[in-house]
Amino acid sequence: MSEDTTFHHGNAPETAPIVQMKNIEKHFGNIIALAGVSFDVRPGECHCLLGDNGAGKSTFIKTMSGVHKPTKGEILFEGTPMDFSNPRDAMEAGIATVFQDLAMIPLMSVTRNFFMGREPTKGNGLARRFDIETANEVCVSEMRKMGINLRGPDQAVGTLSGGERQTVAIARAVYFGAKVLILDEPTSALGVRQTSNVLATIDRVRKQGIGVVFISHNVRHALAVGDRFTVLNRGKTLGTARRGEISPEELQDLMAGGQEMAQLEGSLGGTV
Amino acid sequence: MTDTSQSAADERLKAEPFFSRLMKRPELGAIAGVILVIIFFSITADSTMFSLSGVINFMTPASQLGILAIGAALLMIGGEFDLSIGSMVAFAGLFFGVCVVTWQLPLIVAIPMTLIFAVSVGAVSGNLVIRSGLPSFIVTLAFLFILRGLSLVGLKAATGGSTQLRGVREAVEGDWLAPFFSGDAFTGLFASLAKMGLIENFKNGTPKVPGIPVEILWFIAIALTATYVLLRLPFGNWIFASGGDRNAASNSGVPVNKVKVSLFMLTACCAALVAIITVIDAGSTDARRGFQKEFEAIIAAVVGGCLLTGGYGSAIGAFFGAIIFGMVVIGLTYTDFDQDWFQVFLGGMLLIAVLFNNAIRKRVTGER
Ligand SMILES: Nc1ncnc2c1ncn2[C@@H]1O[C@H](COP(=O)(O)OP(=O)(O)OP(=O)(O)O)[C@@H](O)[C@H]1O
Ligand SMILES: [Mg+2]
Repeated sequence: MSEDTTFHHGNAPETAPIVQMKNIEKHFGNIIALAGVSFDVRPGECHCLLGDNGAGKSTFIKTMSGVHKPTKGEILFEGTPMDFSNPRDAMEAGIATVFQDLAMIPLMSVTRNFFMGREPTKGNGLARRFDIETANEVCVSEMRKMGINLRGPDQAVGTLSGGERQTVAIARAVYFGAKVLILDEPTSALGVRQTSNVLATIDRVRKQGIGVVFISHNVRHALAVGDRFTVLNRGKTLGTARRGEISPEELQDLMAGGQEMAQLEGSLGGTV
Repeated sequence: MTDTSQSAADERLKAEPFFSRLMKRPELGAIAGVILVIIFFSITADSTMFSLSGVINFMTPASQLGILAIGAALLMIGGEFDLSIGSMVAFAGLFFGVCVVTWQLPLIVAIPMTLIFAVSVGAVSGNLVIRSGLPSFIVTLAFLFILRGLSLVGLKAATGGSTQLRGVREAVEGDWLAPFFSGDAFTGLFASLAKMGLIENFKNGTPKVPGIPVEILWFIAIALTATYVLLRLPFGNWIFASGGDRNAASNSGVPVNKVKVSLFMLTACCAALVAIITVIDAGSTDARRGFQKEFEAIIAAVVGGCLLTGGYGSAIGAFFGAIIFGMVVIGLTYTDFDQDWFQVFLGGMLLIAVLFNNAIRKRVTGER
């Protein structure tokens, strides 16, 4: 747990949540993906969402980012009930998301992907146009902040490596996430340096007062930056713990559904 | 963070040769095709083919097809098809004919009405595709038959049993808007050029080519506008994104459904424009107008580098695709070849273009 102390935790102040999700249910036909999940994220905190495969984490954050409409439940954004009908609405409210599938288009250039749906423009009236020069500059410099030197902003995303692609998605969300930044397993394909970069970035944006929702399967990464931890299991919350209230081992057991983890860990020599 | 020389100095970045950069442009194939076809006809065809009158001769059908092809190309880049373009030409032609002949409306009313009418039909088929989630191929195939059938039925109703509605030319004669949609532009310029002997003229000094047919100007203007929209406007980015991956685009905040429906409306509008131009030109409208133009337009778009799967292509490519088309249709009459080779050529060209595009796409996406 050496990374545990890497970042200074501001012990998230008891401010009003930016987004509050109350008893969210989501059904896909006869599949109940979420069976009443409550969750909130406050300005300046990193709230980790943990859980096994298929627990419903991605489904949950998709209701927060306007992709899915919850079957039941209420979403409050800065205290008022919010009804995002599509991701664009959520984005305009200042919620940016790195989706697990990244939402990148392989045939399009890095810059065009980066600004997809939110293109900077210059000129007025009929002469209003996509400001490609600015877009390219911003894209290259944002990527460099994440520790990746693009060969060229006009390179197609399809030719990037998996981790580079993930970094573009993260850089994009960080750039546009004015109030809430949602990261769905953002480090799954990243190298050591890029991973610490992402964790440092989470810490940086948190200090700017942005609320971060961080999904990860890696307890060490979660503990390194998380202020609160909510564990999902089979569409329900197993509870929320504050940093310091829970040990890494307990957290790991909860994430695995509570069973047999110790046994497994034993047979693997404590390497998990 | 303003130092951009750093990325240029990336040691893992080979200098990309000009040729390989060019290879990644979607319109490359069409431009190469134009060159090949020109070479072919300069060897086999009568030399008059590339005289001014010859060029105007093949550019006229190329323009009529090209206006459709550019609409079809944008829609294909947006990830959808419209097989009803050809029928839409007949249907909009019928509506336009009824407007000017039966209802005696001036063009300033008839043309906007026809365009709005076609755009509404396009909105209906577009919304059907988007809302049902069915492949646009099937939905617009249905519209291919529905619109063609309605054109027939409507023509019979409008004319009392005939499948041709005559009298358009008489009806629009003298209308101040007519010169924008029919006849030739720059006639004065061409006449004086001919007097000076700078272009071919008849013995009495009048030019062999009285001017540039207006459809050619429409064609060029639409190609330039479409290219500007695709490459320089946020909407162009949305078209590429919607066609590339609709989920990813929508999750990134692109209003995918609106983009797609507006593209269906655009193709319908292009079809209506072609209908107006050709109906005024012919002086009548009939139920076979625009027959099989949907296939020709899609072929021109594919030759121009559009991928059938969407998300990639160019309007300039479709522009050249349509020119190849016009050159071959008309060019064969300048040669000793049988006209019917045209169909063989069409199929062959499509096949080569698809293979070529596939290779290009692999290059762009890094062979994945
Ligand atoms: N569109 C859908 N239609 C039907 N079922 C779905 C859909 N999306 C998710 N599910 C189901 O909902 C459950 C939760 O899926 P979800 O993607 O939220 O899991 P997750 O916690 O993100 O898992 P992972 O860690 O593997 O990413 C799964 O059982 C999945 O099959
Ligand atoms: Mg997931």
